[in-house]
Amino acid sequence: MIELIEETAEATSIVLDLPDRQRHRAGQHVDVRLTAEDGYEAQRSYSIASAPEDAYLVLTVERLDDGEVSPYLVDTLRPGDELELRGPIGGYFVWEEVLGGPLLLVAGGSGVVPLRAMLRHHQAVGSTIPVRLLYSVKSLDDVIYRDELMGMAADDEIDVRLTLTREQPEGWRGYARRIDQELLADVAWPPSEGPLTYVCGPTSFVEVAANALVGLGHDPGRIRTERFGPTGG
Amino acid sequence: MDALDGNAIAGVLFEVFGAEMTTSAAVCANCGARAPAAELAVYLRAPGTVARCRTCMSVLMVLVTIHERTCVDLRGLDTLEIPASRGPSGWG
Repeated sequence: MIELIEETAEATSIVLDLPDRQRHRAGQHVDVRLTAEDGYEAQRSYSIASAPEDAYLVLTVERLDDGEVSPYLVDTLRPGDELELRGPIGGYFVWEEVLGGPLLLVAGGSGVVPLRAMLRHHQAVGSTIPVRLLYSVKSLDDVIYRDELMGMAADDEIDVRLTLTREQPEGWRGYARRIDQELLADVAWPPSEGPLTYVCGPTSFVEVAANALVGLGHDPGRIRTERFGPTGG
Repeated sequence: MDALDGNAIAGVLFEVFGAEMTTSAAVCANCGARAPAAELAVYLRAPGTVARCRTCMSVLMVLVTIHERTCVDLRGLDTLEIPASRGPSGWG
Protein backbone atom coordinates (compact mmCIF):
# COMPACT_ATOMS: atom_id res chain seq x y z
CA MET A 1 0.00 0.00 0.00
CA ILE A 2 1.48 3.34 -0.93
CA GLU A 3 -1.14 5.94 -0.14
CA LEU A 4 -4.51 6.58 1.48
CA ILE A 5 -6.76 9.27 0.01
CA GLU A 6 -9.72 10.49 2.03
CA GLU A 7 -12.46 10.95 -0.56
CA THR A 8 -15.35 11.75 1.80
CA ALA A 9 -16.03 11.33 5.52
CA GLU A 10 -16.95 7.71 4.84
CA ALA A 11 -14.95 6.71 1.77
CA THR A 12 -11.21 6.26 1.50
CA SER A 13 -9.16 5.27 -1.52
CA ILE A 14 -6.32 2.81 -1.02
CA VAL A 15 -3.56 3.06 -3.59
CA LEU A 16 -1.73 -0.21 -4.18
CA ASP A 17 1.45 -0.97 -6.05
CA LEU A 18 1.15 -4.65 -6.93
CA PRO A 19 3.96 -6.96 -7.91
CA ASP A 20 3.10 -8.92 -11.08
CA ARG A 21 -0.05 -6.89 -11.54
CA GLN A 22 -2.47 -8.46 -13.94
CA ARG A 23 -4.28 -5.92 -16.13
CA HIS A 24 -7.88 -5.62 -15.04
CA ARG A 25 -11.03 -4.66 -16.95
CA ALA A 26 -12.99 -1.58 -15.90
CA GLY A 27 -15.73 -2.68 -13.49
CA GLN A 28 -13.94 -5.68 -11.98
CA HIS A 29 -13.25 -6.16 -8.30
CA VAL A 30 -10.68 -7.81 -6.08
CA ASP A 31 -11.16 -9.87 -2.94
CA VAL A 32 -9.18 -8.71 0.08
CA ARG A 33 -8.32 -11.24 2.77
CA LEU A 34 -7.19 -10.39 6.28
CA THR A 35 -5.76 -13.06 8.55
CA ALA A 36 -5.49 -12.53 12.30
CA GLU A 37 -2.65 -13.95 14.37
CA ASP A 38 -4.91 -16.75 15.59
CA GLY A 39 -5.65 -17.72 12.01
CA TYR A 40 -9.12 -16.17 11.82
CA GLU A 41 -9.79 -14.98 8.30
CA ALA A 42 -12.13 -12.33 6.95
CA GLN A 43 -12.59 -11.59 3.30
CA ARG A 44 -14.45 -8.88 1.38
CA SER A 45 -14.83 -7.80 -2.22
CA TYR A 46 -13.92 -4.27 -3.26
CA SER A 47 -14.44 -2.71 -6.66
CA ILE A 48 -11.41 -1.40 -8.47
CA ALA A 49 -11.67 2.39 -8.79
CA SER A 50 -8.74 2.90 -11.15
CA ALA A 51 -8.64 2.44 -14.92
CA PRO A 52 -6.59 -0.42 -16.34
CA GLU A 53 -4.32 2.28 -17.79
CA ASP A 54 -3.58 3.91 -14.41
CA ALA A 55 -0.17 3.48 -12.81
CA TYR A 56 -1.53 1.97 -9.60
CA LEU A 57 -4.46 -0.16 -8.53
CA VAL A 58 -6.90 1.87 -6.45
CA LEU A 59 -9.68 0.50 -4.23
CA THR A 60 -12.20 2.85 -2.66
CA VAL A 61 -13.49 1.52 0.62
CA GLU A 62 -16.49 2.69 2.58
CA ARG A 63 -15.73 2.46 6.28
CA LEU A 64 -18.43 0.58 8.17
CA ASP A 65 -18.13 1.01 11.94
CA ASP A 66 -19.14 -2.56 12.67
CA GLY A 67 -17.26 -4.00 9.69
CA GLU A 68 -14.56 -6.63 10.07
CA VAL A 69 -12.37 -5.49 7.21
CA SER A 70 -13.01 -1.85 6.28
CA PRO A 71 -12.00 -0.29 9.66
CA TYR A 72 -8.67 -2.09 9.41
CA LEU A 73 -8.10 -0.93 5.83
CA VAL A 74 -8.98 2.68 6.62
CA ASP A 75 -7.64 3.16 10.17
CA THR A 76 -4.82 0.69 10.69
CA LEU A 77 -3.16 0.03 7.37
CA ARG A 78 -0.11 2.24 6.75
CA PRO A 79 1.90 3.01 3.62
CA GLY A 80 4.38 0.20 3.15
CA ASP A 81 2.06 -2.43 4.62
CA GLU A 82 1.06 -5.40 2.48
CA LEU A 83 -2.35 -6.79 1.70
CA GLU A 84 -3.45 -10.18 0.45
CA LEU A 85 -5.55 -9.87 -2.70
CA ARG A 86 -7.25 -12.18 -5.15
CA GLY A 87 -8.21 -10.94 -8.57
CA PRO A 88 -9.02 -9.10 -10.71
CA ILE A 89 -12.37 -10.89 -10.61
CA GLY A 90 -15.59 -10.72 -12.60
CA GLY A 91 -16.40 -10.56 -16.29
CA TYR A 92 -20.02 -9.49 -16.30
CA PHE A 93 -20.04 -6.03 -14.76
CA VAL A 94 -17.30 -4.84 -17.09
CA TRP A 95 -17.24 -2.17 -19.78
CA GLU A 96 -14.88 -2.07 -22.71
CA GLU A 97 -15.14 0.10 -25.79
CA VAL A 98 -16.03 -2.82 -28.08
CA LEU A 99 -19.25 -3.28 -26.10
CA GLY A 100 -20.36 0.09 -27.43
CA GLY A 101 -23.01 2.43 -26.13
CA PRO A 102 -24.40 4.98 -25.71
CA LEU A 103 -23.52 4.32 -22.13
CA LEU A 104 -25.66 5.00 -19.08
CA LEU A 105 -24.02 4.59 -15.69
CA VAL A 106 -26.31 4.68 -12.67
CA ALA A 107 -24.68 4.85 -9.25
CA GLY A 108 -26.13 4.74 -5.75
CA GLY A 109 -23.67 5.89 -3.06
CA SER A 110 -20.40 3.96 -3.18
CA GLY A 111 -21.76 2.11 -6.22
CA VAL A 112 -19.99 4.85 -8.15
CA VAL A 113 -16.62 3.13 -7.61
CA PRO A 114 -16.59 0.62 -10.51
CA LEU A 115 -18.35 3.18 -12.71
CA ARG A 116 -15.53 5.63 -12.06
CA ALA A 117 -13.12 2.98 -13.36
CA MET A 118 -15.25 2.79 -16.53
CA LEU A 119 -15.21 6.60 -16.90
CA ARG A 120 -11.45 6.77 -16.44
CA HIS A 121 -11.02 3.95 -18.93
CA HIS A 122 -13.31 5.76 -21.38
CA GLN A 123 -11.06 8.82 -21.14
CA ALA A 124 -7.82 6.84 -21.22
CA VAL A 125 -8.71 5.19 -24.53
CA GLY A 126 -10.10 8.44 -25.97
CA SER A 127 -13.49 6.87 -26.55
CA THR A 128 -16.06 8.87 -28.48
CA ILE A 129 -18.96 6.83 -27.09
CA PRO A 130 -21.33 9.21 -25.30
CA VAL A 131 -21.73 8.54 -21.58
CA ARG A 132 -24.16 9.71 -18.97
CA LEU A 133 -23.56 9.19 -15.29
CA LEU A 134 -26.50 9.48 -12.92
CA TYR A 135 -25.21 9.50 -9.37
CA SER A 136 -27.57 9.34 -6.41
CA VAL A 137 -26.03 10.40 -3.13
CA LYS A 138 -27.19 11.84 0.21
CA SER A 139 -25.47 15.22 -0.03
CA LEU A 140 -22.80 17.07 -1.96
CA ASP A 141 -20.28 16.22 0.78
CA ASP A 142 -20.90 12.52 0.15
CA VAL A 143 -20.00 12.71 -3.55
CA ILE A 144 -16.96 10.49 -4.02
CA TYR A 145 -14.45 11.79 -6.64
CA ARG A 146 -16.32 15.09 -6.71
CA ASP A 147 -13.63 17.24 -8.30
CA GLU A 148 -12.71 14.57 -10.79
CA LEU A 149 -16.31 13.99 -11.85
CA MET A 150 -16.90 17.71 -12.25
CA GLY A 151 -13.78 17.84 -14.40
CA MET A 152 -15.00 14.92 -16.49
CA ALA A 153 -18.29 16.69 -17.07
CA ALA A 154 -16.34 19.22 -19.17
CA ASP A 155 -15.62 16.38 -21.63
CA ASP A 156 -17.98 16.61 -24.63
CA GLU A 157 -18.79 12.92 -24.42
CA ILE A 158 -19.44 12.74 -20.68
CA ASP A 159 -22.50 14.08 -18.95
CA VAL A 160 -22.71 13.94 -15.15
CA ARG A 161 -26.01 14.34 -13.28
CA LEU A 162 -26.35 14.24 -9.53
CA THR A 163 -29.38 13.67 -7.40
CA LEU A 164 -28.94 14.74 -3.77
CA THR A 165 -31.46 12.74 -1.83
CA ARG A 166 -31.13 14.11 1.69
CA GLU A 167 -29.51 17.52 1.76
CA GLN A 168 -29.11 20.10 -0.99
CA PRO A 169 -26.99 23.24 -0.95
CA GLU A 170 -28.80 26.55 -1.28
CA GLY A 171 -29.78 27.30 -4.83
CA TRP A 172 -29.34 23.65 -5.92
CA ARG A 173 -30.92 23.16 -9.31
CA GLY A 174 -30.20 19.47 -9.78
CA TYR A 175 -32.38 16.56 -8.78
CA ALA A 176 -33.22 16.30 -5.09
CA ARG A 177 -34.98 12.97 -4.66
CA ARG A 178 -34.46 9.25 -4.74
CA ILE A 179 -34.25 7.69 -8.13
CA ASP A 180 -37.58 6.83 -9.78
CA GLN A 181 -38.97 6.09 -13.22
CA GLU A 182 -39.63 9.74 -14.04
CA LEU A 183 -36.10 10.75 -13.14
CA LEU A 184 -34.65 7.93 -15.21
CA ALA A 185 -36.91 8.84 -18.14
CA ASP A 186 -35.38 12.30 -17.96
CA VAL A 187 -31.76 11.15 -17.84
CA ALA A 188 -31.59 7.84 -19.73
CA TRP A 189 -30.95 7.57 -23.44
CA PRO A 190 -34.09 6.73 -25.40
CA PRO A 191 -34.50 2.93 -25.57
CA SER A 192 -34.52 3.25 -29.39
CA GLU A 193 -30.81 4.15 -29.25
CA GLY A 194 -30.05 0.74 -27.73
CA PRO A 195 -28.12 2.07 -24.74
CA LEU A 196 -25.88 -0.11 -22.62
CA THR A 197 -26.55 0.46 -18.93
CA TYR A 198 -24.60 -0.35 -15.77
CA VAL A 199 -26.30 0.03 -12.41
CA CYS A 200 -24.37 -0.31 -9.17
CA GLY A 201 -25.42 0.40 -5.60
CA PRO A 202 -27.23 -1.09 -2.64
CA THR A 203 -29.64 -3.90 -3.49
CA SER A 204 -32.84 -1.85 -3.15
CA PHE A 205 -31.39 0.96 -5.28
CA VAL A 206 -30.40 -1.44 -8.04
CA GLU A 207 -33.84 -3.10 -8.06
CA VAL A 208 -35.64 0.24 -8.33
CA ALA A 209 -33.36 1.54 -11.09
CA ALA A 210 -33.32 -1.66 -13.15
CA ASN A 211 -37.09 -2.17 -12.89
CA ALA A 212 -37.75 1.45 -13.82
CA LEU A 213 -35.52 1.18 -16.89
CA VAL A 214 -37.25 -2.01 -18.02
CA GLY A 215 -40.57 -0.25 -17.42
CA LEU A 216 -39.41 2.54 -19.73
CA GLY A 217 -38.81 0.01 -22.48
CA HIS A 218 -35.08 -0.65 -22.09
CA ASP A 219 -33.84 -4.07 -23.15
CA PRO A 220 -33.16 -6.05 -19.92
CA GLY A 221 -30.34 -7.80 -21.76
CA ARG A 222 -28.52 -4.45 -22.04
CA ILE A 223 -28.78 -3.62 -18.34
CA ARG A 224 -26.00 -4.97 -16.17
CA THR A 225 -26.30 -4.78 -12.44
CA GLU A 226 -24.09 -5.13 -9.41
CA ARG A 227 -25.46 -5.04 -5.88
CA PHE A 228 -23.59 -3.92 -2.80
CA GLY A 229 -24.70 -5.13 0.60
CA PRO A 230 -23.99 -4.41 4.22
CA THR A 231 -21.65 -7.39 4.04
CA GLY A 232 -19.28 -5.18 2.08
CA GLY A 233 -17.71 -4.12 5.42
CA MET B 1 -31.53 -9.95 4.46
CA ASP B 2 -31.24 -8.30 1.05
CA ALA B 3 -30.00 -10.53 -1.70
CA LEU B 4 -26.82 -9.53 -3.48
CA ASP B 5 -26.00 -10.98 -6.86
CA GLY B 6 -23.58 -13.39 -8.48
CA ASN B 7 -20.90 -10.72 -8.87
CA ALA B 8 -20.35 -11.07 -5.13
CA ILE B 9 -19.27 -14.71 -5.46
CA ALA B 10 -17.14 -14.35 -8.60
CA GLY B 11 -14.01 -15.08 -6.56
CA VAL B 12 -15.19 -18.31 -4.98
CA LEU B 13 -16.76 -19.47 -8.27
CA PHE B 14 -13.40 -18.90 -9.95
CA GLU B 15 -11.75 -20.96 -7.25
CA VAL B 16 -14.25 -23.80 -7.61
CA PHE B 17 -14.57 -23.92 -11.39
CA GLY B 18 -11.18 -22.57 -12.43
CA ALA B 19 -12.71 -19.97 -14.73
CA GLU B 20 -14.48 -16.63 -14.77
CA MET B 21 -18.09 -17.71 -14.19
CA THR B 22 -20.20 -14.55 -13.85
CA THR B 23 -21.01 -14.43 -17.56
CA SER B 24 -21.79 -18.16 -17.67
CA ALA B 25 -25.41 -19.10 -18.20
CA ALA B 26 -27.05 -20.89 -15.29
CA VAL B 27 -30.28 -22.77 -16.02
CA CYS B 28 -32.70 -23.38 -13.15
CA ALA B 29 -33.76 -27.02 -12.83
CA ASN B 30 -37.09 -25.97 -11.36
CA CYS B 31 -38.43 -23.29 -13.71
CA GLY B 32 -35.97 -23.42 -16.61
CA ALA B 33 -35.02 -19.75 -16.37
CA ARG B 34 -31.66 -19.04 -17.92
CA ALA B 35 -29.52 -16.18 -16.64
CA PRO B 36 -25.88 -15.18 -16.31
CA ALA B 37 -24.51 -16.34 -12.97
CA ALA B 38 -23.95 -12.62 -12.18
CA GLU B 39 -27.71 -12.17 -12.01
CA LEU B 40 -28.51 -14.92 -9.52
CA ALA B 41 -29.84 -13.80 -6.13
CA VAL B 42 -27.01 -14.44 -3.69
CA TYR B 43 -27.19 -14.63 0.10
CA LEU B 44 -23.82 -14.43 1.79
CA ARG B 45 -23.82 -15.86 5.23
CA ALA B 46 -20.36 -17.04 6.11
CA PRO B 47 -19.26 -19.76 5.89
CA GLY B 48 -22.09 -20.65 3.50
CA THR B 49 -23.38 -18.94 0.40
CA VAL B 50 -26.70 -19.61 -1.30
CA ALA B 51 -27.46 -18.65 -4.90
CA ARG B 52 -31.09 -18.65 -5.95
CA CYS B 53 -32.89 -18.34 -9.27
CA ARG B 54 -34.14 -14.75 -9.59
CA THR B 55 -37.30 -15.95 -11.37
CA CYS B 56 -38.63 -18.67 -9.03
CA MET B 57 -36.21 -18.27 -6.07
CA SER B 58 -35.29 -21.96 -6.06
CA VAL B 59 -31.91 -22.73 -4.54
CA LEU B 60 -29.45 -23.38 -7.39
CA MET B 61 -26.09 -23.46 -5.64
CA VAL B 62 -24.86 -23.80 -2.09
CA LEU B 63 -21.18 -23.17 -1.42
CA VAL B 64 -19.65 -23.70 2.00
CA THR B 65 -16.01 -22.85 2.62
CA ILE B 66 -14.24 -24.03 5.76
CA HIS B 67 -10.47 -24.11 6.14
CA GLU B 68 -9.63 -23.66 2.46
CA ARG B 69 -12.04 -26.45 1.51
CA THR B 70 -15.19 -25.57 -0.41
CA CYS B 71 -18.17 -27.92 -0.59
CA VAL B 72 -20.46 -27.28 -3.52
CA ASP B 73 -24.07 -28.39 -3.89
CA LEU B 74 -25.45 -27.79 -7.39
CA ARG B 75 -28.62 -29.87 -7.14
CA GLY B 76 -30.89 -27.02 -8.16
CA LEU B 77 -29.08 -26.39 -11.41
CA ASP B 78 -30.09 -27.89 -14.69
CA THR B 79 -26.95 -26.74 -16.45
CA LEU B 80 -24.07 -24.37 -15.87
CA GLU B 81 -21.77 -23.49 -18.73
CA ILE B 82 -18.11 -23.49 -17.81
CA PRO B 83 -15.88 -21.52 -20.20
CA ALA B 84 -13.12 -23.50 -21.86
CA SER B 85 -10.58 -20.66 -21.58
CA ARG B 86 -9.18 -20.31 -18.11
CA GLY B 87 -6.93 -17.82 -16.44
CA PRO B 88 -4.91 -17.58 -13.26
CA SER B 89 -6.69 -17.14 -9.94
CA GLY B 90 -5.49 -17.54 -6.41
CA TRP B 91 -4.20 -15.29 -3.67
CA GLY B 92 -1.12 -13.15 -3.87
